[in-house]
Amino acid sequence: MMILSGDPPRSRVLTLVLVVIILALAATPFLFPGAKALNVAAKICVFAALVASYDLLLGYTGSVSFAHTMFYGIGSYAIAIALYGMGPNWAAVATGIVVGLPLAALLALAIGLFSLRVAAIFFAMITLAVASAFQVLASQLSWLTGGEDGRSFQLPELLRPGTVLISKNLFGFEINGRILTFYLVFAISTLMILALLRVVNSPFGRVLQAIRENRFRAEALGFRTVFHLTYANCLAALVAAGAGILNALWLRYAGPDTSLSFSIMLDILLMVVIGGMGTIYGAIIGATIFILAQNYLQSLMGVASKAASEAGLPLLPGLLHPDRWLLWLGLLFIASVYFFPTGVVGRLRHGGGNKSAGASH
Amino acid sequence: MTELAATDPLPKPKRDIAPILLPIALALIMIPLVGSPSTWLTLTAASLAMGMMIFIMASGLTLVFGLMDVLNFGHGAFIAVGAYIATLVFAPFAASVQADTLWVNLAVLAPAALLSMAVSGALGLVVERVLILPVYGQHLKQILMTTGGLIVAEQTLYALWGPQIIPMPLPASLRGSFILGDVAIAKYRVLAMLIGLAVFIAIQLVLNRTKLGLLIRAGVENREMVEALGYRIRRLFLGVFMTGSALAGLGGVMWALYREQVHASMSDELTVLIFVVVIIGGLGSIGGCFIGAILVAMVANYGGFLVPKLALVSNILLMVAVLMWRPRGLYAVTSR
Repeated sequence: MMILSGDPPRSRVLTLVLVVIILALAATPFLFPGAKALNVAAKICVFAALVASYDLLLGYTGSVSFAHTMFYGIGSYAIAIALYGMGPNWAAVATGIVVGLPLAALLALAIGLFSLRVAAIFFAMITLAVASAFQVLASQLSWLTGGEDGRSFQLPELLRPGTVLISKNLFGFEINGRILTFYLVFAISTLMILALLRVVNSPFGRVLQAIRENRFRAEALGFRTVFHLTYANCLAALVAAGAGILNALWLRYAGPDTSLSFSIMLDILLMVVIGGMGTIYGAIIGATIFILAQNYLQSLMGVASKAASEAGLPLLPGLLHPDRWLLWLGLLFIASVYFFPTGVVGRLRHGGGNKSAGASH
Repeated sequence: MTELAATDPLPKPKRDIAPILLPIALALIMIPLVGSPSTWLTLTAASLAMGMMIFIMASGLTLVFGLMDVLNFGHGAFIAVGAYIATLVFAPFAASVQADTLWVNLAVLAPAALLSMAVSGALGLVVERVLILPVYGQHLKQILMTTGGLIVAEQTLYALWGPQIIPMPLPASLRGSFILGDVAIAKYRVLAMLIGLAVFIAIQLVLNRTKLGLLIRAGVENREMVEALGYRIRRLFLGVFMTGSALAGLGGVMWALYREQVHASMSDELTVLIFVVVIIGGLGSIGGCFIGAILVAMVANYGGFLVPKLALVSNILLMVAVLMWRPRGLYAVTSR
């Protein structure tokens, strides 16, 4: 209870699903052999943390930010540039963290102060504009960021796949640097999600929900809403940058496509909405569903597209082509905003009836 | 307060001309910075043409927000759809497009533009009914729904036309430039300026001289009051939404001809641009949108000439500067 900050899943099915997901993720290196399964599991961990931090903004303060990938990208690039420039050692990792996290927080502070000073309705638009400018900047400053190619780098000795920590034992498992990295990603993501759970269940988190429900009233009650919103922005940016660092460490690469592109922003939005806004747990569920679908359903679409083109159907092969997978996600997104505004978690908790799942106690 | 006799005209609201002077001042400051007057004229003409195109695309967005408090993040989709529809007309008449006679070119161009507007407008009808009607008054959901709509529209365009860039050649008679002394102004830019100005004047006339415009302006000021007077503001809004979508389609055709290519991702790129414009102008204000579009285009053109690297973030800097000066945009129309 303490570790969940007094905010348990509050639904038997939901608890069961979460436990299964977390156990499966923790046991992935042993249960599902192969690089792909491990990659998928690591991506789920990173995105669960990233989406949870976005949920702090979207679900708890009700403000739509399109700049979340920017902070994610700052974390990724900070660690990538540091490891690329300083060589694979721990000092570089530390430098990346020490530079990346404050940079993300400062930028969030600047955006927050600026866009909260102007009409609140501008927030989504301003973040979109800033994020797109940042993306262009990152791809143009190629001396620093490697441009469109991004930066590949090597990890410190301990985290490399070649480093065998425990050689093959009786059960046939080998613990190497790659698996150690996976557990690093898993542990830090878990810590970040638990920290977010702590934040949203603190008095501060209650104020955020009050602002979401009625900003004017929250202000009338004496809360400095600008301070709270900016603070929430900075916290979300910090966690996003942390997730970015983990992502870069796992991929040993940072580039525009993996850490900055607008499609990642859409993925995050989808995961939050599908999982359930304003619940934090929704992030874990949303990320799991989405990334499993992305990695395994896409190949199914390829099969379907092929079958359709062999059957000589018009249009369908194009619509079912694996590259068009965002089309179906977009439709799913609209449908879930419309029909399940509370997402999977809201459904499991209340059978879909309650409007604001996060606020009900 | 001075007493007014019944026959006296109503006191006119004070004209706020500072924003109008802004682009003029910017252009004048640039004369010494750019150096050569002929380059300056070319750049200024380019800014005005680009500004007009952006204005055409952005005008619908700003009105839709002003009238109904609806934030349409999918506005860029109408732009891309307009451009793609125009390629449909251009493809079978490639010969007429390449003919070096103005009226033959226009005979293709005008129907293409009209068809694009019709299709974008019709799409606007569908979007308004399906995506926006269910979420009136809920900003968060509007943003999410219309963002979803943008993804679906873009992906459908990819599915129908393929991911490659489609070339869209400028009609032969619109190529080249008018040469005045040592100043060269591209012919197409002149056409773009004329169309943009015509659209601006038409919108202003409709808004200020017709009953429909009166209702729209009243709706922007106070929606409930207009409804209370017995007008169906929803229907009015639908009309504005469709007109805005159609204008976005027209802007898409013009932008495609300007860039001489069509690609579904143009909607992303332009969405950011028109957002900056409507924010600078003040959501809901046509005049502000007009000035904002010109300012954005000027900063892009002058900036691109003087400090090419800066041009990447020039929009953001401009937006920050304007909002520092007027936090609600140049002309704040709504009290919302």
